Amino acid sequence: MTDKTGINSLRHGPDASGHFGGKFGGRFVAETLMPLLTDLEAAWTHAKTDPAFRRELDFYLRDYVGRPSPLWLARRMTEELGGAKIYLKREELNHTGSHKLNNVIGQILLARRMGRTRIVAETGAGQHGVATATVCALFGMKCVIYMGATDVSRQAPNVFRMKLLGAEVIPVTAGAGTLKDAMNEAMRDWVANIADTYFLVGTVAGPHPYPEMVRDFQSVIGDEVRTQMQTAEGRLPDIIVAAIGGGSNAMGIFHPFLDDASVRLIGVEAAGCGLDSGRTAASIQRGRPGVLHGNRTYLLQDENGQIDEAHSISAGLDYPGIGPEHSWLADIGRAEYVGATDQEALDAFTFCTRTEGIIPALESAHAIAYARKIAPELSPDTLLVVNISGRGDKDINTVAEHLGVKL
Amino acid sequence: MSRIARRFQALRAEGRGALIPYVEACDPDFETSLALLKAMPEAGADLIEIGMPFSDPSADGPVIQAAALRGLAAGATLAKLFDMVRAFRTDDQETPLILMGYLNPVESYGYERFCADASAAGVDGLIIVDMPPEESGPLERFTKPAGLDMIRLIAPTTTDERLKTVLNHASGFVYYVSITGITGTRSASTEDLRAALPRLRAATDLPVVIGFGIRSPEQARNASRIADGAVVASALLATLAKTLDADNRKTDTTVSSVLSQLRDLATAVRAA
Repeated sequence: MTDKTGINSLRHGPDASGHFGGKFGGRFVAETLMPLLTDLEAAWTHAKTDPAFRRELDFYLRDYVGRPSPLWLARRMTEELGGAKIYLKREELNHTGSHKLNNVIGQILLARRMGRTRIVAETGAGQHGVATATVCALFGMKCVIYMGATDVSRQAPNVFRMKLLGAEVIPVTAGAGTLKDAMNEAMRDWVANIADTYFLVGTVAGPHPYPEMVRDFQSVIGDEVRTQMQTAEGRLPDIIVAAIGGGSNAMGIFHPFLDDASVRLIGVEAAGCGLDSGRTAASIQRGRPGVLHGNRTYLLQDENGQIDEAHSISAGLDYPGIGPEHSWLADIGRAEYVGATDQEALDAFTFCTRTEGIIPALESAHAIAYARKIAPELSPDTLLVVNISGRGDKDINTVAEHLGVKL
Repeated sequence: MSRIARRFQALRAEGRGALIPYVEACDPDFETSLALLKAMPEAGADLIEIGMPFSDPSADGPVIQAAALRGLAAGATLAKLFDMVRAFRTDDQETPLILMGYLNPVESYGYERFCADASAAGVDGLIIVDMPPEESGPLERFTKPAGLDMIRLIAPTTTDERLKTVLNHASGFVYYVSITGITGTRSASTEDLRAALPRLRAATDLPVVIGFGIRSPEQARNASRIADGAVVASALLATLAKTLDADNRKTDTTVSSVLSQLRDLATAVRAA
């Protein structure tokens, strides 16, 4: 929630109808939900300029989430790669272990202002589900989490956490049982329970105003990087790298820098088994624009417009779409979108753990993988920031399995 | 006058509402869904909705979701759906056909080509569930010249102010979603429906049909009397699903079971 100045700023979006660049985003939902989105937009428009809301949010971000998160100079990683100076933005240190809490704390405060008492959310890796269940416990609200059945089995510790926190976790067996199916089911729940329910979307996707709202809540990441880098180096970073599923951690760290042309912004999509393997989650690089889950954006889809199943080793990136603002930034060339494979992410996972003593989430490991690829070619005065969006404890079982270790 | 307008005019003269069954394209296979489509008017269908299968039908309940997936598994595409419509039109020039589905497959096919092909095949109207009027400009450029009606959903949550906006983009008839929820789950009470209709009647001269949650002959009769028609979808698809074998293939009873249920519904709707 930073100031947006300058007529030609890239930070004005979306327009009043929720479109980025006149093409992406929007509001593609059934009529039953349209009035709810209008209400949500009105509540959000009021809250974001209300100093009391800002004060309340700041309080929870500081004393509950634990912000600001440090910007860590990764000395051994920098030395080992022998190129750019690498900083890690430590979002994994937030309460619940990822950047997800930045958004859910903001949205639950809004839900309370709107008088809602029941929260529904979708989750992939379970990070957003855990974050949502956490704030529901904090405020004593009823919490229902939809999670694909496949994800329920590969993220068992997070399922247990959500239940401990008092949430009802509903496994979704439709489709491949991953994030997109959980999103469908959460939307169905919302439309059937509109009187008391707030749909707490976990990423910068969905119908307007969600992409804008989630971005604004996550922009605290980039705002802090800006200040912290000024303090550490007296200037802006040169390159920022972040992993992308739906794209909320990337949007949060990119957005405050959109108008700083000198800052290269790189989003790393999950290439899965390889960009051309047919088993990826790289929506921008291997998809085309279409409409799903309330917005127009790049989607993995077949020639008939049926949505493909995404694939990634990381449950949090296993989604066939991407936030609409990323689609726009890709089209205008302001941000670059690249891929890292399952194997590259696994290698980066162990590399980061060994060099910095930080176990990153498999999602974040995709960003590290790409940084690792480009850092050696860059000069030592290049300042490269990698967003460590979450911690990897939840992925220990998956990684052990791939390393052939029995726990 | 369009087929849809002609049909509602004729029904008004008969003094009854329309019965509008739903068939999912290629569910469980092309031939069976075509056989159902062709036999439906004789069994009492006044208009017919054809579902365009989509991988992610987020406004639909489990029954229509399953039907869509069966359709896709049987190779449903929009091109095949148009084949179905053409085959139907060789024998039936009067029963209006409405396509219902989600925007992405239509967008992928191309708006202009979709409208031209749909119209040429003999489609009369479209219901695109996830395309509110605010987002429908690009498609409407082509529906009007193609003579396709844009049928709009109105929900209990639709405010009076919004109702005007939605109706400005509506033609053919208006589809009142009788519950806040997904298809084929709960049902609205007759009292709720009675209470909802005057607001719509005051705002539009278009025929109003009621859908979502209409399952029994009695519910269909009530809805078709309170409004100008009743849509029955999940109840028919549930019957169809029950007749399939373990591999979701049709059996000898598939077509006859669905038609028999449709006849019961029609008898109720047509009873004085």
